[in-house]
Order: sequence, then structure tokens, then C-alpha cells
Amino acid sequence: MAFDDAYGALTDHDDDARWAYGTGFTDPLHGVPAEIPDGVDRAGLFARCLALGDDALIMSHRLQQWVTRAPELEDELALANIGLDLLGQARLLLTRAGEAEGAGRDEDDLAYRREPHEFRNVRLAEVADADFAHLVARLLVFATWRLALFDRLTADPDPVLAAIAAKGVKEITYHRDYAAQWVVRLGDGTELSHERMVAAMTAVAPLIDELFDGDAGLRAECDAVLAQVLTAATVPAPPIPAGSGRRDEHTAALTEILAEMQQLARAVPGGSW
Amino acid sequence: MNAQAVVGTVTDPELPMVTLAELGIVREVRQDGDGVVVTITPTYSGCPAMESIRADIATALRRAGFGTVEVRTVLAPAWTTDWISESGRRKLAEAGIAPPGAAPRRGAGPIPLTLTPRSSAVHCPRCGAAETEAVAAFGATACRELRRCPACREPFEHMKEI
Repeated sequence: MAFDDAYGALTDHDDDARWAYGTGFTDPLHGVPAEIPDGVDRAGLFARCLALGDDALIMSHRLQQWVTRAPELEDELALANIGLDLLGQARLLLTRAGEAEGAGRDEDDLAYRREPHEFRNVRLAEVADADFAHLVARLLVFATWRLALFDRLTADPDPVLAAIAAKGVKEITYHRDYAAQWVVRLGDGTELSHERMVAAMTAVAPLIDELFDGDAGLRAECDAVLAQVLTAATVPAPPIPAGSGRRDEHTAALTEILAEMQQLARAVPGGSW
Repeated sequence: MNAQAVVGTVTDPELPMVTLAELGIVREVRQDGDGVVVTITPTYSGCPAMESIRADIATALRRAGFGTVEVRTVLAPAWTTDWISESGRRKLAEAGIAPPGAAPRRGAGPIPLTLTPRSSAVHCPRCGAAETEAVAAFGATACRELRRCPACREPFEHMKEI
């Protein structure tokens, strides 16, 4: 149907369209066959989708916290858009995780009704940003890793996860470029911006090892990208301490994020707004 | 009107100058008696307009007299700006949004990093200048970026290639 302007579309109550955020949205995989193909291990698929969905959900929340605080209006738009892409990926992945689990949990159950210890996101996604340099350092590492990982997942035995990954690759390519260009701008900028970029990379370094779960090929691909960016940024590559294994621990920051993110959904069970 | 023609009149909620069909979002319309199954694909994973798009298609078909309407989503192959039709590109340009160029072709090996702003070969939709500058790779919606024209000094939006 046609409207004279966008506001006309927003106030049209002839349909079920919702433009505000809340719970009770239509399944983002609506109309995509929900069955799990023969030969795909359900528990493994559940674990893959849950971990990748949690990474995107928590990182998206951290990015949303930057909106109204970014240095320039263009960066407000960029961070909001990157957060929105990741939230979309989270919705698709958590929905698919619920289908693989087969226990009747949907995206809202998984996002809003789990405790911190049940989340499988990497710590890199949850830590609070000390400054804008810290944010772009974290986003560079996150997007570099996620892009390389999604590129491999386009060959996943589950066709739905493979399709989510293929779509995500196009989006994360832009996320990585955005973060990389900022790391170069700050690192190769003024004395002060250089110092803060170096400090940010050093602060993020201890969170890198757990991303790879011992996957040497994935690690090598990401190391090469990070080296390319850091060289252009004149930022020395920080030493990366060996991690303690992936997704087996969280920082106190996750509890704070979930308290904020889940508050309304828990206070008004089943509410939509 | 047949179902295909009805669906062909539905416009995009965020880009109301073009239809969903022109954007390449509508992948298939299958009509069986008074029942219709429409298959659509999202532009971006987080596109907040998907539910509105589903509802708009269903409403248009019901108003045209179709009894059972189902709108399905397909994720693969992923949407690309290469699917935007010639008429869609013309209408975007007329509305001041520079249409996308060819989507990047993927070579072998890892996805290349872009450390400098992407191609300047986007024509200004206002004065037609051939060279314009990128301002920001993200805009008012996921699919658009901000540019400016050094010739007429006007800012404009460009639908970025994916």
C-alpha cells in the first residue's frame, strides 16, 4: 500500500506491523523451514548458534550504549547500524538455536530468560569500553574474527546457519572496514590519539586468545589482518597472552549488561510494546 | 489483477519511491486459486522493516480478494543490490539517492580489507558530477551511506553495494 509519508505507514493500524522494540516479535525465521536436516547433530548446532548469537547480542548491546556518546554524528549512525546488523544476526541465530534444541525456547526465552552463567559469549563482547579507542580496538578484533569465522560457516552442514553466515559476511565486511579505518586514523594521528590507541590494543590483547579455540588456520588469517591494520596505524602489535579456554568464564560486566537488557522483559512477562 | 501484479504495487516502507519487487526483495509469487504464497528475502539481517513488509504484502493481497495469503522468508541466496531493477535504480536517482554500482565480486582467499574509503565513481544525483566523496559508510538505514559532491557542494545518500 502507498502512504504519503513515512509517518503514515507508522500510524497504519490495519496490520500487525510493530515499529517499537519489545518482546513478542514475529519469529525472524518466519517461513524458513524449521526442521533440522538428517545428519546434522542437534546438540552441536545448538551450541554453535547459541555461542554466535550470544556474541552478537551482547556486542550489539555494548554498541547501543555508545549511541548519543559517539564523537561525531556519522559515528552515531555507524555504531547504531552495526549494532542493528548484529542484533538481526542474534535474532536469527537464537531462533535457530531454539529450533535445534527442540525444547520450545524461542529468541525471547534465550535472550531475556537466561542467567549470566548460561551465556556463551566471549568476554571480548561484554567488556565495557574505557574510551572510543578501546571501542574501535574491540570492534576491529571482534569483526575480524567473526568475518573469518562466518566465511567458514557458509559451508556449515546446516543450510540455515550457512545462509545466516553468508548474509552476515556482507555486513561484517563493512563493520571491519569501519573499525580498521578508525584504528588507523587514531593510531597514525596525534601523539595523544596514538598513545590511547596503543593503550586500547594492549587492553584488548588478553581477550584475543579465547576466540580461536585452538583453530590455527582461523588464528593465522585473523593475525594477518590485524597486523596489516596495526602496521598502517603505526601501533606495535601487543603481546597476546595465552587464554584460559573459550566461553568458560565471564566478567562482572555481563551481569550488569543482562540486568539492564532483561529488566523490562522480566518485569512484564510476555509484554509487548 | 493477478497476485503477481498486486504484489508488484507494494512499496518499500523505508524507500516509498520504489516497490519491493524493484528492490529484488520479492523472490517469488505463487498463486493457486484464491491462495497465494509470496517469498521474500531480507536486505540486511537486522532490517526492522521486514515485519511491516510482510504485513503490507498480506494486506494488499487480501484487499484484492485473495483468501489465504502466506508470506515466507528465504535467506539464501543472500540479497544483493545487483537485484535492484533498472526502473528501481532510476526512481532512486530521481529521489536523490545514488543507486548502487556492481556488488563486489569475491576472489579466492580471505575477504580483502579496505583501509581507504571506497570507490569515488558514484555520480552526484543532483548535478551529475562524476567524482564524489564518501562522508560515512553508514546512513539513515542499513542500506545507505552518506556522500557529498565537491561540484555542487550538496550532501546526498548512496545505496551501498552488497
